[in-house]
Amino acid sequence: MNPALVIIFATILFSAALGIYAGRKVKMNLENWTVAGRRFGIIIIWLLMAGEIYTTFTFLGASGWAYSKGAPTFYILIYGALAYTLSFFILPALWKVGKRYGLHTQPDFFIKRYDSRPLGVLVALIGVFSIIPYLQLQLAGLGFIVEVASNQTISSNLAIIISFILTCAFVYTSGLRGAAWVAIVKDIMMVLAVGIVGIGVPYIYFGGFGKMFRALIAQRPDHLVLPGATPHMDILWVMSTCLLTGLGFYMWPHVFGSAFSAKSDRIIKRNAIIMPFYQIPVLLVFMVGFTALLVIPGLKNGDMAFLALVNKTYPSWFMGFVGAAGAVTAMVPSAILVLFASTLIAKNIYQTGINPKASEERVMSLSRLMVLAITTLALVFAVFFPNELVPLLILGYDGVCQFFPGVVLGLFWKRVTKAAVFSGIISGLGVVAVLILTGKDPFLGLNAGFVGLFVNSIITLAVSFMTKPGTGKLE
Amino acid sequence: MQRGTRYALLLGAIPFITLVFALPLVNRIHPMILGLPFLLFWIISWVILTPPILLLAYILEKKYNRPSEGEEE
Repeated sequence: MNPALVIIFATILFSAALGIYAGRKVKMNLENWTVAGRRFGIIIIWLLMAGEIYTTFTFLGASGWAYSKGAPTFYILIYGALAYTLSFFILPALWKVGKRYGLHTQPDFFIKRYDSRPLGVLVALIGVFSIIPYLQLQLAGLGFIVEVASNQTISSNLAIIISFILTCAFVYTSGLRGAAWVAIVKDIMMVLAVGIVGIGVPYIYFGGFGKMFRALIAQRPDHLVLPGATPHMDILWVMSTCLLTGLGFYMWPHVFGSAFSAKSDRIIKRNAIIMPFYQIPVLLVFMVGFTALLVIPGLKNGDMAFLALVNKTYPSWFMGFVGAAGAVTAMVPSAILVLFASTLIAKNIYQTGINPKASEERVMSLSRLMVLAITTLALVFAVFFPNELVPLLILGYDGVCQFFPGVVLGLFWKRVTKAAVFSGIISGLGVVAVLILTGKDPFLGLNAGFVGLFVNSIITLAVSFMTKPGTGKLE
Repeated sequence: MQRGTRYALLLGAIPFITLVFALPLVNRIHPMILGLPFLLFWIISWVILTPPILLLAYILEKKYNRPSEGEEE
């Protein structure tokens, strides 16, 4: 049997077993399942959050962008640093509110702060619709990596089905704790794979980073400054995209929710300090993309750059290791996405919107049922409509960013009202949808989501001044 | 606003200024430093400097803010 295949399967099985094992002896209620009993220390929180930000998109997309677009890919390095800096100020306050009121999800926060169930349902709906394409992207990435890494001996669909059923199993049994444990395997493998390849290939082909960059500059002088090889991703686009994604990152329902799993507000603050170190592997991913552009130019699909260069340079068992790392890199964020999408549906659409009298046990068992439903749905999409959801993903990121004013003003400004947040979110989404659907993204050189967020913020502020503060409050 | 928080917010503005608003000034290849094109060198430097900046913010907050209840380890 082919050694690459053995490594890939062994890793996927071991990760799933570890994830299931993580939940043994824990009595599963919603508190333990979604926020792991709020007991995570600094190391595990760091690994978990790194597990969320470092997805297959970072792996394939960052090298692919370095390869085909050049300098605009640097935005990935920047926005992380901005997001962590913001989290230093926002997440500890959010954690305290979560602890005091026993919140589990992002809509829980909106319901508590603005005393509005409809607002909670709206936030939950936007959250779920944003998560599904994100999840599907992870599945597609996983299938792609495993298929290439196994030298086509495992088809993409088979890889997706096997690893996703296993992911579903450990989410079902262990909840967030399962994802956090698997994140340990994932982070170790990812850092090894990216470290070996990212440091390795520039040395093997050019004798070092500096020489590789000089060769690249000699060949393509514009590739390493904005707008790189693209016609429209100029400085303004990069600036607005960095701001948008930096502000929006912690607004993803699954990232927001996992902040509640920390042991204390101090832990979450210290975590924000060390998070930027996790950006260093991203730099190495860029190196792979740049080296690939010189060594194997002319790939039709830039996302292939990383794997194609590894294939050309390393023995096939190492390709298996990269494939296995890629597979767990997709499994961890997928697990967290499924977990939070399920909780949003059961707790904030069903319980908040339809049946407020539903018991905690009922919500818990419905959440688990939703894990199965969402897994099935995502599998169907990934297998039968692999390309239909990509435009929705852009809309998803731009969508969750619209929560930013409601969250930040809600935490730090007493005057903001539910009418304001409602109208802000709706108008922000409206602007984004119109710009994207009419093909005006970027708009005047700015990222469309950023334009939406700008309109949203103005409206939230303006309507807050025009309306009376409501009954919802914290403290 | 407490004094520690004010210092922390000022420090927290640094990554936004250097990594976003300064980009038009640093969008060039030369001078290359440590083998990196200048734009990439600039970005990497400030990403790596973000943890020490936030650590300083953390220390200043601790020093100048009144300890609120329930904040012990």
